[in-house]
Amino acid sequence: MARPDPSGDGSADTFPGLLLRHARVQGRRTAIREKDLGIWQSWTWSQVANEVRALTCGLAAHGFRKGMNLAIIGDNRPRLYWSFTAAQCLGGVPVPVYQDAVAEEMLFVLENAGIEYAIVEDQEQVDKLLEILPRCPTLKHIFFDDPRGLRHYAQPQLTAYDRLRNAGREFDRGDPGFFERAVGAVRPDDTCVMLYTSGTTGKPKGVCHTHAGFIAAARGDVAFDGFKPSDEVLSYLPMAWVGDHLFSYAQALVAGFTVNCPESSETVLTDLREIGPTYYFAPPRIFENLLTTVMIRMDDASRVKRGLFHFFMGVAKRCGTGILDHKPVRLTDRMLYALGNILIYGPLRNILGMSRVRVAYTGGAAIGPDLYRFYRSIGINLKQLYGQTETGVYVCKQPDGRVKLDTVGPPQPGVQIRIAGNGEVQVKTPAMLKEYYKRPDATAESISADGYFLTGDAGFFDAEGDLKIIDRAADVGRLADGSLFAPQYIENKLKFFPHIKEAVCFGDRRESVCAFVNIDLQAVGNWAEKRRLAYTGYLDLTSRPEVYELIAGCIDQVNADLAADPQLAGSQVRRFLVLHKELDADDDELTRTRKVRRGFVAQKYATLVEALYGGKDVQHVATEVKFEDGRRGILEADIRIRDLARQASGRRAA
Amino acid sequence: MSAPAGNVLLSVDNVALSFGGVRALSDVSFDVLEGEIRAIIGPNGAGKSSMLNVINGVYHPQQGSVSFRGEARRRMDPHRAAMQGIARTFQNIALFKGMSVLDNIMTGRNLKMRANLLQQALYVGSNRREEIAHREKVERIIDFLQIEHIRKTPVGRLPYGLQKRVELARALAAEPVLLLLDEPMAGMNVEEKQDMCRFILDANDEFGTTIVLIEHDMGVVMDICNRIVVLDYGRKIGDGTPDEIRANQVVIDAYLGVSH
Repeated sequence: MARPDPSGDGSADTFPGLLLRHARVQGRRTAIREKDLGIWQSWTWSQVANEVRALTCGLAAHGFRKGMNLAIIGDNRPRLYWSFTAAQCLGGVPVPVYQDAVAEEMLFVLENAGIEYAIVEDQEQVDKLLEILPRCPTLKHIFFDDPRGLRHYAQPQLTAYDRLRNAGREFDRGDPGFFERAVGAVRPDDTCVMLYTSGTTGKPKGVCHTHAGFIAAARGDVAFDGFKPSDEVLSYLPMAWVGDHLFSYAQALVAGFTVNCPESSETVLTDLREIGPTYYFAPPRIFENLLTTVMIRMDDASRVKRGLFHFFMGVAKRCGTGILDHKPVRLTDRMLYALGNILIYGPLRNILGMSRVRVAYTGGAAIGPDLYRFYRSIGINLKQLYGQTETGVYVCKQPDGRVKLDTVGPPQPGVQIRIAGNGEVQVKTPAMLKEYYKRPDATAESISADGYFLTGDAGFFDAEGDLKIIDRAADVGRLADGSLFAPQYIENKLKFFPHIKEAVCFGDRRESVCAFVNIDLQAVGNWAEKRRLAYTGYLDLTSRPEVYELIAGCIDQVNADLAADPQLAGSQVRRFLVLHKELDADDDELTRTRKVRRGFVAQKYATLVEALYGGKDVQHVATEVKFEDGRRGILEADIRIRDLARQASGRRAA
Repeated sequence: MSAPAGNVLLSVDNVALSFGGVRALSDVSFDVLEGEIRAIIGPNGAGKSSMLNVINGVYHPQQGSVSFRGEARRRMDPHRAAMQGIARTFQNIALFKGMSVLDNIMTGRNLKMRANLLQQALYVGSNRREEIAHREKVERIIDFLQIEHIRKTPVGRLPYGLQKRVELARALAAEPVLLLLDEPMAGMNVEEKQDMCRFILDANDEFGTTIVLIEHDMGVVMDICNRIVVLDYGRKIGDGTPDEIRANQVVIDAYLGVSH
């Protein structure tokens, strides 16, 4: 039947509806690929619909019903993505769980979500579930995709995926109308997925989204960047993360583009190159790793190649982003850039697997200016976005040609944002969470009476209406003169310099901002070696006037950046010192995830903070340190303090 | 570890081997059952590698006999041993360093290829199908040993632990009945050893391959092997399950030492 879908968009307001629509309208196009045994295997939309049908019936045959939750645990595999749809077809809720979580962490989610059914990838995940089984008696069925190593497992809970599917086919033959009836009963305001927040603050919470909300977010994104069925993505980020769910599941089902699953987590780079996605998403850390790999290989290249590379990267730095944003660029530069595109940028994009990338996004953390500029200058349209699990990552996005380093763009269509009195960003979006699972208290706390989600982030709109996120709202303070003080924003800017490992800024209710700096031993050590500066160790290096000079140079640049922003010009760093020891999680100065515990540090080094604000040039400190073997010792040092000039506003650092 | 219940696959009877005046093995007898993992342990120079070389036909014992699948063999050489289904890895890795991982493992399929040189060069018809079938087999082993990410990497560029794994892959590609592993974990760190143990156990379980291995890491041996032969100065001084070996006074004196 080649006739266009008679029901129009009516059937397409749920995810199962979307899948069936693609199967009818573009049934022969590739929906998903996976590299297996060295070959890319593909499934068309109608094949996927068929698989999902069997899987849905299989789950029903095993007793899975409306209102139940289905845990999904594993790497990005087609069968696991199909499990999402199958659960949704039955009115159930898929609950993806981070595949690298240890058994203990899984236990919390499984208990909290009252999981009875789980679909997992392989033996590794099965072992984890069996380990927690005695403490999680609700878990009754575990279906596994890859049977390897599981032949001798006799637990009654276990069923192989193939058997589940065969059971489904049989069930389907017995009751051919079941599947259609089930899909027809799915409502747009049913919960479509439950995504657990990472739980950096307290226990993880299950964020429930509705079909209508998540589809609205995906529709908005698809319209925003014009995604088409011919687009390709590589799905390699954890399925339990909202980003992957939006990109590889929701947007793929809305736009009907092709999702590619890598062969294994180690082969992602190769797979990226083979597929050449047109749309790419990664957190900053992955862009950084990619760049490091390239730079290491570049250092090993011949002199001629290196010379060419550096010359053309210079050209790209000068005019690459201008060309990408269609801004006026000098003709000579244009010609040089075209030549560079043939010799350097093109091959480089190919190595990175980004030859065909039309749109690339990053988000989730601040991205370093050099990193950001590098990708944009070689012609990759890398943009930033902003959003949370709770808002379906549908809040702010940078449109093409309107890309700035430290803003996340204007609100997306249909999104309303307001800035509360304390600087907190509050959001009303069509993709708003329905609720936190079984946590009405948390739901009430984070959604205001008039329907705004309280993000907990502090930010403001710049002159062009782009949102700028600066810090967690709880950490933002005011200087004595009332101007805004966002410590993390300044610290992040400082940490983007390779020579600075950590920074801690003070300034809440003070006259000015002062900072502790931790140097990066390796980077500063290399720098010292190149300048033939002899030093005996970390302590010695931190006290060198040359090192102070180096760090002062970095901070001056940050100050110049801050000066350019009227809201933040007051929070320039006026005095700093280089700490005599590295901040360490063993000494409780950092959290285990390497975040500075600002309050604790301020208390522990109170004498230094007083010295900073008391105008002293040198301060003696004695610090207790814990060694790795548990012994304690006292580290004494005289720490010098340096003043910095205030940068005039309006000047911008290069 | 379940006790092997299979028939005798390989039996070594009163084997003696000497190089000139040096007696490498004297009067050694033991058997290997189908489906078991059998270890040969002993101090340096005990004759372990010589024993493996006797089994796969590199050395010819002056005395005694070796029978494989119930058949005593007269003259044996490595090629014939391989044809009969005995594959091995080496103490010092013996791979083609300049070739990719994939090509190295493909060489393990060599004996199973029917096409002649000309047919292979032309790559047509039946030969094409054959090559595809072999490649699929090799890909299954690559998947099995989780080395997809280095499929196209030249072996010489790989770290030691991975080279060892590639060597195991090549041996498995020959679909052996009996697999001889000469110190498969030597020089590995703890994590690599754990991986290797898992692969050996999996191969034994999944493909039903009988395995004879030489290893110095007693933790590994006691963990994964069904039965152990202990050699010292070319003589067998112990034979039994890990528990029996641990309690054997002669073995303790010669090799294991007292507490550990």
